[in-house]
Amino acid sequence: MTLSDDYLKYSKRGHGMDHGRYTWSQLHDRPAVVWPNGARVALWVVTQLQWFPLDMKPAIPVPAGMARPYPDYWNYTLRDYGNRIGVFRIFKVLDKLGIRSSVAINSALAARYPYLVAQVNARDWELIANGLDMGHPHHGEMDRDEEAVLVKGVLKSLRELSGQKVRGWLSPIRSESMNTPDLVAAEGIEYLCDWANDDMPYAFETGSGTIHNMPHAMELDDQQILISLRHTEQEYVDQLKDQFDCLYAESASQGGRVMAISLNPWVTGQAYRIKALEKALSYIASHDGVWSATGGEILDAFTAQK
Amino acid sequence: MLREPELYDYSPMADRPKITWPNDARVAFWVAPNIEFYELDPPLNPGRRAWTKPHPDVVPYSHRDYGNRAGFWRMLEAMAKYGVRGSVSLNVALCQHHPEIIAACNELDWEFFSHGVYNTRYTYTMSEAQERAMMEDVIATIKDSTGQDVAGWLAPALSYTTNTMELLAEYGVKYTCDLFHDDQPQPVNTKSGPLISVPYSLEMNDTVVLSMMGKSSRHYSDILKANFDQLYEEGAESGQVMCIPLHPFLIGQPHRIGNFAEVLEYITGHDKVWVTTGREIAEHYYEHHYDNVVASLAAKRKG
Repeated sequence: MTLSDDYLKYSKRGHGMDHGRYTWSQLHDRPAVVWPNGARVALWVVTQLQWFPLDMKPAIPVPAGMARPYPDYWNYTLRDYGNRIGVFRIFKVLDKLGIRSSVAINSALAARYPYLVAQVNARDWELIANGLDMGHPHHGEMDRDEEAVLVKGVLKSLRELSGQKVRGWLSPIRSESMNTPDLVAAEGIEYLCDWANDDMPYAFETGSGTIHNMPHAMELDDQQILISLRHTEQEYVDQLKDQFDCLYAESASQGGRVMAISLNPWVTGQAYRIKALEKALSYIASHDGVWSATGGEILDAFTAQK
Repeated sequence: MLREPELYDYSPMADRPKITWPNDARVAFWVAPNIEFYELDPPLNPGRRAWTKPHPDVVPYSHRDYGNRAGFWRMLEAMAKYGVRGSVSLNVALCQHHPEIIAACNELDWEFFSHGVYNTRYTYTMSEAQERAMMEDVIATIKDSTGQDVAGWLAPALSYTTNTMELLAEYGVKYTCDLFHDDQPQPVNTKSGPLISVPYSLEMNDTVVLSMMGKSSRHYSDILKANFDQLYEEGAESGQVMCIPLHPFLIGQPHRIGNFAEVLEYITGHDKVWVTTGREIAEHYYEHHYDNVVASLAAKRKG
C-alpha cells in the first residue's frame, strides 16, 4: 500500500477555518450579548418529535432506527411511545414550570399526527423542521437535486400543516450534505440546529445569504447522555445542573448565554425518567435571570444587537 | 509484521532503580491538552477513514471545533488558576489556522510538542521519506511559530509506522508519549540516539474515559483523584508520573470544567507534587536517571 505525496499537501492550511461556512472566532473574545430584561441565560428547550418508519432503509446508519429484522416492532413502537405518552409528560412539566419549547418535528410525523402540531400551536410554541422522517437522513453522497426536492417538500408540507413560518432547521441525526445549508436557506430557513461548535448563535454563510447556527448543544441531548453514554438519571440531572451553573456564572462577566436542552420524548418521557427532567428544569427555573424562549425568539434578540 | 514492538526491555515495577524528582516530590504531575484541527474534507488514508459518515460529518467535526472556539479558553483559565502549565500536544496546522490560541499558550509559558500536522492526516502507510517530510514540517513549524525546539511527540491520532521511533531519535526528539506500558519514564531502544517514553495515560485521557467508556463528568473527577492518590502513595518509594491528557472540546464543556477545576485544586493542594511539563520530566530523567536505568537494564540483559 502506498500513499500519494498529495497526502502531504495542505491546500487549506491558512488562517481561520478550512471552509467558508463561518468565520473563526473565540467565544470569550466576542462582544457581550444582552438578553431581554437583562436575562443571564436564555433557556432553549428543543423537544424532538420523530417518526422511525418500520420499513426505513436509511443511506447512512441511524441510531435508534430499525436495528432488528423486519418487522421490528420493538424499536418502532418504543420510538412511537414518545409521541403517544412521553411527549405529554414532558409538556406537562414544561407547562407547570412556565417553560417554552421549540419543537423539532419530522414533516411526515406532522402529517400523521396533526394532534401534536395542534398542541404546539395551542401553546404558541415554535416548530422547527426536522426533515422528512428518520429514514431519510441527509448525507454527503446525496444528489443535490434530489435533496433540493426533499427540502422543498418538507418545508412546504410543514408550513401548510402548521400555519407556521418555520424558521429553523434540524437535520435528522444532524447529518448534512455539503449542500444542505444552501438548500434550506433557499427555502427561507433562518437558522440551523446541527453544528455543535459554540455556546452562542453565530453567522453561517450560504448560497442564499447569511443565516445563523444556533447552539443546540449536542452533549446535552438526552439520547446522547442516557442512551449512547448510558449515564444514570442522577448523572443526567447533575450534568444539566453543572452546565447551567457554568453558563450562569460566565454570564456575570461575559454577557448572555444560551442553554439548550434537547429532549427525545421516548427517552426522557419514560415514567421513571420524567422526574429527573423536572428536577433539573426546576433547578434552572429557580434562578433569577433565566429567560425561557424559542429558537426564533433567541435568534431575534441576538440579531437585533448586530 | 513484528510479534512485539521491540522498543523496550521488560522491567518489573518491583525490581528497578529508584526514581527521584526535584524537592523529593512523589509524583511528577503534568497536563497535556491536545490542541487539534480536524479537517472537514480530508483526503483518504488507506489505513484509516477520518470520519464515519460521507463528508461533511457535521456532528463530530463541529464537536471538535467547539474546543477551539469555546472550550480552550475555559480549560486555560482553570489551569492558570492552579498554576498548571500545559504541555500542548499540537496539530501544527493550528499555528496557521488559529495563531491566537498559540499566542495564549505561549504567554503562559506552556510547552508545545508534536501531534502531527492535522488530526485527520495519519502516519499509516507513509513511506520513510513521507514520514520524514511530515516530521521536518512539524519541527520547523513549531520552531517558527513558538520559538521552541520540539522535545516530545505524540503521533497524530496515535498513528504510526514501524520507522516512527527510530526517526524521532534521529531528529533529536527527546521523549515519546505513545507507549503506555509504565508509570515512570523508560528508555526506548533506538539506535540513532537516545529516546525515552514519558507516561501519557490513555486511562486518564478524557476522550477515552468520557467518550469511549462513557463516564460522566463527576465520575471522571473521581477517577482522576483515585489515580492520583494511588500514585502519591507509591511515590513515597519511587517517583511516579501522572499525566492528564485533555481535549478542550470535551473538558471545556460547561458541564465539565468546574469538576475538572476541582481536580486540579485537589492535586496541586498536595505537598509532594511536582507540577511540571513533559519536557521538564524528560530533562530531569536524562540528567539524573537515564544512564543508571540503561546500565541496570543492560546488566539484566546479560543475566
